[in-house]
Amino acid sequence: MVGITAYGAYLPQQRLERMAIFQSMGWFAPAIIQFAQGEKAICNWDEDAFTMAVGASRDCLTGMDKSEIDAVYLGSTTLPFADRQNAGMVVAALNLKPEVVSADHTGSLKAGTSALLAALDAVKGGDKRSVLVTASDRRETKSAYLYEMWFGDGAASLAVGSDDVIAEFKGSYSLSRDFVDHYRGADHKFDYTWEERWIRDQGYGQIIPEAINGLLAKTGVKLEDVSKLVFPCLFKAELRNIGKRMGCVEKVADNMHEVCGETGAAHPLLMFVNALQEAEPGDKLIMASFGQGSDALLFEVTDAIKRLPARSGTKGALANRKPVNNYQKYLKFRDLLQTEMGIRAEAPTQTALTVLYRDNKMLMGLVGGKCTKCGTPQFPKAPICVNPDCNAFHSQEDHEFSDATGHIKAFTADLLSVSVAPPNCYGMVQFEGGGRMMADFTDCEAGELSVGQPVTMTMRKRYEDRDRGFHGYFWKAIPQTDQG
Amino acid sequence: MPTGIKDKVAIIGMGCCRFGERWDAGAEDLMVEAFEEALKDAKIEKNQIDAAWFSTCMPEIHTGQSALPCAMTLRLNNIPVTRVENYCASGTEAFRGATYAVAAGASDIALAIGVEKLKDTGYGGLPNPGSNAGSQRWLWSPAMTAPGSFAQLAPAYAANHGVDPKDLKLAMAHVSAKSHANGAKNPKAHLRKAVNVDTIMAAPIIAEPLGLFDCCGVSDGSACAIVTTVEKAKDMGFKDFVSVKALQLSLSNGTEVGHDSWDFDHFITTEIASARAYEEAGVTNPREEISMMEVHDCFSITELVTMEDLHISPRGGAIKDIMDGFYNADGGVPCQIDGGLKCFGHPIGASGLRMLYEMYLQLHGRAEDRQLPDPKLGMTHNLGGMPFMNVASVAIVGKHGV
Repeated sequence: MVGITAYGAYLPQQRLERMAIFQSMGWFAPAIIQFAQGEKAICNWDEDAFTMAVGASRDCLTGMDKSEIDAVYLGSTTLPFADRQNAGMVVAALNLKPEVVSADHTGSLKAGTSALLAALDAVKGGDKRSVLVTASDRRETKSAYLYEMWFGDGAASLAVGSDDVIAEFKGSYSLSRDFVDHYRGADHKFDYTWEERWIRDQGYGQIIPEAINGLLAKTGVKLEDVSKLVFPCLFKAELRNIGKRMGCVEKVADNMHEVCGETGAAHPLLMFVNALQEAEPGDKLIMASFGQGSDALLFEVTDAIKRLPARSGTKGALANRKPVNNYQKYLKFRDLLQTEMGIRAEAPTQTALTVLYRDNKMLMGLVGGKCTKCGTPQFPKAPICVNPDCNAFHSQEDHEFSDATGHIKAFTADLLSVSVAPPNCYGMVQFEGGGRMMADFTDCEAGELSVGQPVTMTMRKRYEDRDRGFHGYFWKAIPQTDQG
Repeated sequence: MPTGIKDKVAIIGMGCCRFGERWDAGAEDLMVEAFEEALKDAKIEKNQIDAAWFSTCMPEIHTGQSALPCAMTLRLNNIPVTRVENYCASGTEAFRGATYAVAAGASDIALAIGVEKLKDTGYGGLPNPGSNAGSQRWLWSPAMTAPGSFAQLAPAYAANHGVDPKDLKLAMAHVSAKSHANGAKNPKAHLRKAVNVDTIMAAPIIAEPLGLFDCCGVSDGSACAIVTTVEKAKDMGFKDFVSVKALQLSLSNGTEVGHDSWDFDHFITTEIASARAYEEAGVTNPREEISMMEVHDCFSITELVTMEDLHISPRGGAIKDIMDGFYNADGGVPCQIDGGLKCFGHPIGASGLRMLYEMYLQLHGRAEDRQLPDPKLGMTHNLGGMPFMNVASVAIVGKHGV
């Protein structure tokens, strides 16, 4: 049996209230009020498609033996690097073995499902045993635009394999149509979009039913036997109308507009993970994507879903939220607002790529050392043990800190330090079980920090080298508050 | 066991320029200002100096690399000149180089001179090095500033000693108020205005919980010392001179930042360097025997914690001593009698020598309005780096033969 063996999801904690957009920009674009319901998930300044992919992938790997993974496919249209494999960065961040196939799937909003299909094919063919598929998008729009209202940021992850399958793959049906509802030139930051009514009628309204009906015909499954239809659609009314026309409106999954927004290539997977979290063994689920055609896939949930170790998934990601009503802050994080950063911000930002490669495990994977003589965990791994009572030479084996919990030993909230989200909060993290490091904090409020506060680690952007188009990443600590 | 430096080396001349935002002067002008004073003080000719040590910490923003800026600016006589750098302990490093050279017989009369011209960056605070901080460090070290790195001492100290953060903040304010009171009396100090505790407490935050007045001045300045052996000083006719009693340095070995044993509330290196210095100087009860001191008060919390690490205040006892006025000009061990880094200013490469300059003036009874009654031993302390990885230096000087 081939199918899904695990799932994961990630949404940025911050949720921008859409009314805040309207309140700031309604004078300019009154039409955006139509879509000003609820909130959208927005990246913190240090999050992007790569960091969210790492977040969703880690959630998916919960309780899994990650050494079993033999391929990593990443689907996205907003990856930070056009030429440096982003999936390979995910492999490094997860500290997977290097003997894996890694591939970016991009160029269309169906990149997430095409990555998933590639994974299913690879496992069905017997060449791969376990493939991690992650889709992630942080889609950019100009300010005061309908698409700004619709879009959200997020990522979802599915593990594909043949052991302990929680949702059996029953078949797929794909369409490729050069239907250009929007496009983005290779050197452009923003999408160019055509009229919404056309996208609604000839896009979603025709392509989605065609793909789903094709899937049903191909697999011989009747729509009445399907529990849930999962497909993205920017227009909530059209989502329901498609369901009505197909005679199954009650089975069409919500597009999550009010709670997170449309997350691009990630969205079909994110919605599908949500459906899996509600599913019972025996349920048949259809997932379809939309982007110059569609991939439609049919799965049947198995008993094994009951045994899947607890994880966040889409529901946990939705619950971990911090409402934001400061639209200007969003504009700054998105680099849509030019602020004076001061001369202090003019410091050099070059990356020594030799160092990045030599210390790749440390920098991308948060891999430190553990002394085989005295047992002291330490970061970074060093040629001589840091324990003053040991100081053994060349005694350390790799020791991962990324999943370790820790607590704050000392901290500050620094207003002098250059930041797009001042004050910069950082301090010393003491890991439970040993080891410590100085770390940036993220997703926190300055006034809520305290000595002893628990932290978890997360992969985030550390700096951006605009002159050279480089993004630097490292691990940061998230101080945990009672609200989670 | 090394015999130590005690009573081997004499300081025969010192100089220090006016510190501050010296828009009028480049690093070279500042050095000459200090150097001229020291030559006059020592009553020697420039070319009698046969070796020199030159300290700068951030030469990329002023003089540039190497010791050439010193040798060429002072027109030294083709003698050996060495540039040293060890973060904020750089000035004391220059002094160590010169002192050890004359003690070893490698030099007859040596110069130690430090300078930093920080006010040519176009913005406040110390320069932001960005990726020049180190090729690997840039890729993972937090986006820290100097106030941010030291500020972290405060919450850790409060938590570990069970102190109310408000009480700690008040004591920190008293640290700064005392230095402002002292600095107001010093014509060479950068900040010469008394500031009361309420103003300090109400100042804008720089790095939580440090406010503006918890941070020392970023200043331009230069200071220098001319040293020789005690024998040579006597031969030259000096009768009433200051000699070096102890000179110690201790550097972190990575324990603080990498091993679970340190609690982020004190300086391991300062504890060690000061204990070694007391032993070298023959001081058994520093709280009684040290007459006065200049410590590394880059931030108020640094000074507060340092009082304990120097074994002057008992562990956990710094707040009480500070609030009792023990470190005030009329207290048991007057501290930062010249205004300290806080008000005299902190041109990094010069600071260790500036501290010694004040001890030297006080021992000679030349400190004018700030003069303490009959000081015997003066101690200086530098702390370079950050609480979790640093360089601590301690020097003790006193009148020779007293």
